[in-house]
Amino acid sequence: MSTNSQAGVDGHAISLTLNGVPRSLQVQPWTTLLDMLREQLDLVGSKKGCDHGQCGACTVLRDGKRINACLTLAVMCDGAELVTVEGLAEGEQLHPMQQAFITHDAFQCGYCTPGQICSAIGLAREGRADTREAIRELMSGNLCRCGAYSNIVAAVEEALPLMRDEREPERGSQP
Amino acid sequence: MTPFSYHKPSSVSEAVNLADHASRFIAGGTNLVDLMKENVVSPTRLIDITALALNGIEQTSSGGVMIGALVSNADLAWHPLIEQRYPLLSQAILAGASPQLRNMASTGGNLLQRTRCYYFYDTGTPCNKREPGSGCPARTGLNRIHAILGASDSCVATHPSDMCVALAALDAVVHVEGRAGQRRIPFAEFHRLPGDTPERDNQLSADELITAIELPPPAFETHYRYLKIRDRASYAFALVSVAAALKLDGDVIQDARVALGGVAHKPWRNEAVEATLKGQAVSPALFARAADALLQQATPLKHNAFKVALGKRAIVRALTEAAAGASTCRTAP
Repeated sequence: MSTNSQAGVDGHAISLTLNGVPRSLQVQPWTTLLDMLREQLDLVGSKKGCDHGQCGACTVLRDGKRINACLTLAVMCDGAELVTVEGLAEGEQLHPMQQAFITHDAFQCGYCTPGQICSAIGLAREGRADTREAIRELMSGNLCRCGAYSNIVAAVEEALPLMRDEREPERGSQP
Repeated sequence: MTPFSYHKPSSVSEAVNLADHASRFIAGGTNLVDLMKENVVSPTRLIDITALALNGIEQTSSGGVMIGALVSNADLAWHPLIEQRYPLLSQAILAGASPQLRNMASTGGNLLQRTRCYYFYDTGTPCNKREPGSGCPARTGLNRIHAILGASDSCVATHPSDMCVALAALDAVVHVEGRAGQRRIPFAEFHRLPGDTPERDNQLSADELITAIELPPPAFETHYRYLKIRDRASYAFALVSVAAALKLDGDVIQDARVALGGVAHKPWRNEAVEATLKGQAVSPALFARAADALLQQATPLKHNAFKVALGKRAIVRALTEAAAGASTCRTAP
């Protein structure tokens, strides 16, 4: 899919917050969020694995929740708060989930890692993964071709208690 | 992806006035964007409905629950009202897709997702659902994942949803609005069997938008089970799934629901078979008879005959586990 403009269909102006920075952008309606990040903004941390929502390598956080950027139209992110793997560290200070992945050697080739980390942060905020089995189930949207799963589970398990303060409020309080 | 125009209406009436055969409504986009990438569908206009006020989960005056069409699958599955009063629905939703997709996918959109038949997705092959009249290669081709009930000569596709199997079992009602006004569609009538018009998955017209799903007052908070059988432990479509719900007095069945997924063009129920369970004491023989009756009309294809035996065992196991009491596992198969 092309992100180039095509004659006869105007781009749409959108405003969003990306990794803490307000941005105003012009996007074609058929541009996915993943293509906007990688091709328009040179944020290539989010990976294009399958481009069909099956592998999770493109996982980013929208308004705090993990989503597949490859199945999200950029034009529908107007007003959103987006965080990609590039926005997790505070300066030189890694996010606890990033540090845990390093500590546990939770990757081999590293291609799925940005998506795994963003997904694991989303999982921590959801507050539902209370056992190793639940971590495995709730990380099932992220595939690792190298098979680093056992170390990924160990990393997530270690980082979860460090992220208790980030848990979402009970869903019943939402509109 | 074929270029299209994009519109974001601020009211339901504005949205339905924009809609026609060449347009599509979009909410989560998890299935539609994928189908558009593959040129399986190529709308000239997308109508983004995410600004509409269809986000609520509220109790109704009759004691049921009204679920806005835009509530995400994740928010629905984990909403306290649903977890406590309709746990069968939570269990079914959490058995489907991935956490990322459940955060994106909407309640209304879940009903409208298309079949995952390989031939439907492959624009290099004929498909009566994609191109009416072009033929059905699945009937004689690879059909391991296809229908064993209610199929036709022109289509053997299955409906892929887990959520819908639970909604069928719970007698949900679909609220829709179109240019001609509003109407309510009982869940059993919402999706269609393929017949000679497999291009139509459901009975909506092009301008009609799902606005809400209504659940009747809860009756199956204790004895329920959504059992999903698939090729891997998680994140795969059902080969066979069973939504079983029982209302028991001691071990005597007061009310019973059994809906099947992965076996037909729509969630499959047979109320006559469910009626044979009422007034009976829970027993393996009773459940086995019900399973035989539910699949009596099954007409398997070359590669999916295993679904008949698998389906019967899954029905017996789901009913047995439902009868045994509150299911504690929300997500495991």
